[in-house]
Amino acid sequence: MDLTGLVAFNVVTGIATLFLITIGLGVIYGMMRIINLAHGEFMMLGAYTAVTAVDHGVNIWVALLVLPPLVVGLIGLAVERTVIRFLYGRMMDTMLATWGISLGLIGLVTTLFGNVVKAVPTPVGSFEIGRYGASLFNLVLIGTALVAIVALLGLLRFTKFGLVLRATMQNARMAAALGVSPGTIYMATFALGSALAGLAGGVLAPISGVSPDMGAAYIARAFITVLGGGPAIVTGTGLASGLFGFIDELVSFQTSPVIGDVALLCAAVLLIRVLPQGITGRFLRRSL
Amino acid sequence: MTQDTISRRRALKLGGAVAAGTVAMPFYARRAFAAEPIKLGSLLDGTGALGLEGRRMIQTTQYAVDKLNAAGGLLGRPIQLIAYDTQSTMQLYSQFAQKLALEDKVDVIQGGITSASREAIRPIFDRDKTLYFYNTQYEGGVCDRNVFCTGSTPAQTVDHIVDYALKTWGKKAYIVAADYNYGHITASWMTKFMKDGGGSVVGTDFFPLDVTNFSSAISRIQQAAPDIVLSALVGANHSGFYRQWDAAGMKGKIPMGSSVFGLGDELTTMDPSTTNGIVTCYGWYNSLTTPASVDFVKGMQAKYGADVTDLGELDTATFDGIMLWADAVKKAGSVDRDKVIDALESGITVETPSGKVTMDPKTHHTIRTAYLATPKDRKWDILQTFPDQYPADTAGACDLIKNPKTNKQFVPTL
Repeated sequence: MDLTGLVAFNVVTGIATLFLITIGLGVIYGMMRIINLAHGEFMMLGAYTAVTAVDHGVNIWVALLVLPPLVVGLIGLAVERTVIRFLYGRMMDTMLATWGISLGLIGLVTTLFGNVVKAVPTPVGSFEIGRYGASLFNLVLIGTALVAIVALLGLLRFTKFGLVLRATMQNARMAAALGVSPGTIYMATFALGSALAGLAGGVLAPISGVSPDMGAAYIARAFITVLGGGPAIVTGTGLASGLFGFIDELVSFQTSPVIGDVALLCAAVLLIRVLPQGITGRFLRRSL
Repeated sequence: MTQDTISRRRALKLGGAVAAGTVAMPFYARRAFAAEPIKLGSLLDGTGALGLEGRRMIQTTQYAVDKLNAAGGLLGRPIQLIAYDTQSTMQLYSQFAQKLALEDKVDVIQGGITSASREAIRPIFDRDKTLYFYNTQYEGGVCDRNVFCTGSTPAQTVDHIVDYALKTWGKKAYIVAADYNYGHITASWMTKFMKDGGGSVVGTDFFPLDVTNFSSAISRIQQAAPDIVLSALVGANHSGFYRQWDAAGMKGKIPMGSSVFGLGDELTTMDPSTTNGIVTCYGWYNSLTTPASVDFVKGMQAKYGADVTDLGELDTATFDGIMLWADAVKKAGSVDRDKVIDALESGITVETPSGKVTMDPKTHHTIRTAYLATPKDRKWDILQTFPDQYPADTAGACDLIKNPKTNKQFVPTL
């Protein structure tokens, strides 16, 4: 019983982690059809923001949850203004450009911080599930993911910005004819997606090694999850994270992380075969 | 006025002497190093994923060569260091190895960090008959007349970790290791030593180097409830294991021993609460207080700055490799490969920062001192010292005196 509780807790943590690392990519890809190959590096920048802030004595919660999305959001804004906005509608060119940006960011961070593994202390301790110990920080991960889901849904559903944003994504020229500036909306969306990537990096910093090439460990999963989720960004990413995270954690626990990865990939291949448009391409098509 | 003249004459004399000296100096220098330089090739990763470890090894190589040159070189000839940065790329290892052997025609090669890189370049030096020293602690078993390994091997280190664990904590172990040849072979040694000591292994998990989430592994370990966890996890992503282990509150419950922990900069970058108490065993620690060891740390800091605080066994083994080779060259009176190998096989001993280091003729591995230590508030606390540790793992199958034609890596049989 205790063990079931522990494994269930791990599964929920795995799902939350997968959602966090994916949603930033999902926002940018789902809304703008831009494949941001620098997504992993945006996460890495978020993690380095957290490390630097903690080193300078900033409150740990501010350093993990507030500063990374702000800083990386601003960096995303700068990247959009200087590079991405010239490449809208040219998918291959944006891939090439963002790949270049990712290599550049790895090089820059290596030069600034050195090719070493940095760390942030975990701000909270552990708790007991029966006779097993589990990390309290995982609850922070789950909480952050939940807040991110609710906030995004609220933003898209209930605010004027969300309405304009959805309109622009559905038909940019019609939106422009009605007085919306698509350029501004794209800029804001890219910054939002970058900020979410930064948040993921910041909140994962205490439990992973922070190094210049850490993004590579996350990027493949994020892409698979976005593709599995389909066109409805928040719901799709949430459902795909739930499915893949569940399979990965459970199989990893029963066998080994290698088999867990294999199971995740098999599930993704099957899913794309059956539902080429992703989960929300067939079900819940009217969701967000 | 007269005063002035004398002073001018004096000044002239002085100037003349200085000028003569300047002209003569290169002449003396030329005479001292009349012959062709001896070429020492180095292949290490100064950048990329292994740059952290490699950078210090490159600095140590330069330090050792400078030290030899300052003492007049070898056989009256200076030593020229030809070093290439392999950038943590396997392809560059093969490429630069060929260049060193065929184009630069070096007399000896010191280098290679991962076991994979060693296996990539070893056949090249065998084929081109270029003497090769591998100076990294590794899984043991390389048996090749052309190759000399100076790093510690599992029988010298892991054996003591397991022994300490069996005596201190209990008989049930859980092994977590990196999923490549080092991790697999080291895990086999851990299993063998546990069984030999009357213990048992309740589980073994291997992790590819890009795994970052260890929650399922930590649950599995908790379910198996071992007395000790033995780790051979490698690299930046795997450092998350120690953090997640601490975060899950397991740190105080199940003790841990590791065969690689602390070789990088874990002690400076991780929180002491995460690192304290993890038992390790290597051929050298920077907190050793022997004069040679203190000298080495001071010398390196004088040359490369006071922030050189993360020196470890990889660096002193590199130093050992170069000193053993230098001693053999002196003894052989030549840099000819066969003569130097004969000299090394005569059982050469050098005194280095790591203590007394002897080249074992049978295995081409070193007989060296091993130390058991654990981190205590960012410093190594030495628990035990084991002098004259024999590379018994490699010796179990390898005898290069009897069978000089052997050329393979032996792995433990369970």
